[in-house]
Amino acid sequence: MSERSLLTVWRGSDAQAGRWESYEVPFEPGQSVLDGLRWIRINCDPSLAVRFSCINANACKECMIELDGETVYACTARLRSGEMKLAPLSNKTLVRDLVTEIAPPAERFKGQVK
Amino acid sequence: MSVEPMRAQADVLVIGSGAAGMYAAIEAARAGCSVLLADRSLIGRGGATVMAQMTVAVALGSETPDHWTHHYDDTLRAGRGLSNEALARLLCEQGPDCIRAMDEWGVGWARKDGRITQAMAPGHDRPRCVYVDFLSTGPAVSKTLRTVVNRTPGIRRAGDLCVVDLVRHGSAVTGAVALHLGSGAPVVINTKTTIVATGGLTRLYRRNSASANMGGDGYALALRAGAVLTDMEFVQFFPIGHLAPRLVGMDPIMWDPFRYKLGGRLLNNRGEEFTQTYGVVEDGKYVVTRDVGSYAIVKEVEAGRGSPHGGVYLSFQHCSERALRDAFGPVIDKLAANGIDLTQTPVEVAPIAHYHMGGIAVDDAMRTGVPGLFAAGEAVGGANGANRLSGNAVTEALVFGRQAGRSAAAHAARVNAVPDGGDNIRVTLDLLAADAPQSDLNTAELVQRLQATMQDDVGPLRTADKLARALETIDAMTRQLGDTPPGAGSFDMRRLDWLDLRNMLLVARAVTQSALARTETRGAQQREDFPQMSPQWAVNQVVSWRDGALAVSHGEAATKAAAS
Repeated sequence: MSERSLLTVWRGSDAQAGRWESYEVPFEPGQSVLDGLRWIRINCDPSLAVRFSCINANACKECMIELDGETVYACTARLRSGEMKLAPLSNKTLVRDLVTEIAPPAERFKGQVK
Repeated sequence: MSVEPMRAQADVLVIGSGAAGMYAAIEAARAGCSVLLADRSLIGRGGATVMAQMTVAVALGSETPDHWTHHYDDTLRAGRGLSNEALARLLCEQGPDCIRAMDEWGVGWARKDGRITQAMAPGHDRPRCVYVDFLSTGPAVSKTLRTVVNRTPGIRRAGDLCVVDLVRHGSAVTGAVALHLGSGAPVVINTKTTIVATGGLTRLYRRNSASANMGGDGYALALRAGAVLTDMEFVQFFPIGHLAPRLVGMDPIMWDPFRYKLGGRLLNNRGEEFTQTYGVVEDGKYVVTRDVGSYAIVKEVEAGRGSPHGGVYLSFQHCSERALRDAFGPVIDKLAANGIDLTQTPVEVAPIAHYHMGGIAVDDAMRTGVPGLFAAGEAVGGANGANRLSGNAVTEALVFGRQAGRSAAAHAARVNAVPDGGDNIRVTLDLLAADAPQSDLNTAELVQRLQATMQDDVGPLRTADKLARALETIDAMTRQLGDTPPGAGSFDMRRLDWLDLRNMLLVARAVTQSALARTETRGAQQREDFPQMSPQWAVNQVVSWRDGALAVSHGEAATKAAAS
């Protein structure tokens, strides 16, 4: 039998004017928080923004978020029963939902506006 | 609402920052070019390179005497008669040089008594694969190249930049139109030359071993810009991808290096070794090649002899705790954190989409035939024919990346000024300015359905019926996708999914049509309705885009021309 986790996720593009949304996510023990976020995108809301590339290997290091106030990789943190609160990194500039500006300044695109 | 596009210029645009893209950028910048290195994710962290676990095949001869021609012979044998000989030769001949350059840059190849260690891998006639312990080859290669990129003058790096279309100017490519994910703004990039280094297409499959950004976008970009794709039917399934129990923080292809170092036994649910039924006696050693391994596992499962999650067992129960620790050190602790003790229980494994032999057709200077457009790395098709030898992917990324950088720089030197404008810029900007009214389209769910179709109907074992059904599904999904993307603004994942699906559906069709046309079994193309390899099919297929439709044809002439 699968268990259920209540993921409460910070949503919005403005750090001052966001909102919390909760999703009930089924899971098998051992599954990751990123598995849960991908499940939400497929089954509830595809607009949920989360940065990830390698999905499972903890190789790309892109999926850093705050889980109950602690910085974690969503791909290695595990889902558990009960509520889990997911927020964007508080020490980085917010882009949208769980996505923050984590690239070093020299790796950010700077084009000219014509 | 239309947003004014941002602008950028460079001599060379490199799309994708895996090993191929980074090496190309370094080489072009060293030749004096201004380079824009763009990636849809972070620079040098996504793609397939960072996921590489262990083997990099190269005729260094540090373990036993070797010569590139031996590596070349093995590569052609694995390719089942379809390798582009010029590309295979380039890979094998220049591999040692690139591996030594990486060594000088401090990648840290594993050594014993001062000599670089070379491991034996299936399909090779001698120990030939260098690696970085423990299971750190990909991260080490990525990090080393990132460091060199950072200190090379002339390279600008741009993450979160998703290229939507290449810009055509007459018959030539003169840049790209991209979506800047962070701001949601369109970007027009004018360049003298463009290198596609976007990797393969494994994201098309439900079970895959590469990053979420490998959906074949470079193939679609090149195809729409007039380039030709080759060998698209040949998707390599890695036979022993991790299946169960759930394992996080590790790459699913990690059992490959375990088998290199420790052998291991593949067992069905009766506890019996089974590869001998399919013509390969393993006897505790790792000798089964990837095409035969995938076939054997799928057939065992079909015969009701599979494991609970639909794969087979891989056992290292013959190994002592000491032997495991000596071979893999901290990895054993990671396994323990996932509740896995290899001395006690086997794991479940099953085929997983791992690599694409096909890709953009190029000559041995990495030229696509479209002026100004080059390709590098896994995005290139042909070197590995119908089946890739283990260890050739990173070597190919390095060698082809370096070659593409050199060729693009030479081409750029002959172009006087960075061209302005282009034939299709307005069309792509209009696409990005649009907001589809059908905002209820669940793009993430559509990606998942496409992955299921490709896995089930265009997977390791194929039939005409399954392939025809897949084409119908792809048609229906293409209609459902519509002509305009949903969403807007910063980091809109629906918009990104939509742009990805536009490419993924086109590439899925190219794979499926090519697989349907090839009525034989060869290497990674396993047709259950045509189980034999057929001499008249010793020919490459090419895919082109003509008047809004895909055309699959025989491409022997093109391959031979490139080889001469």
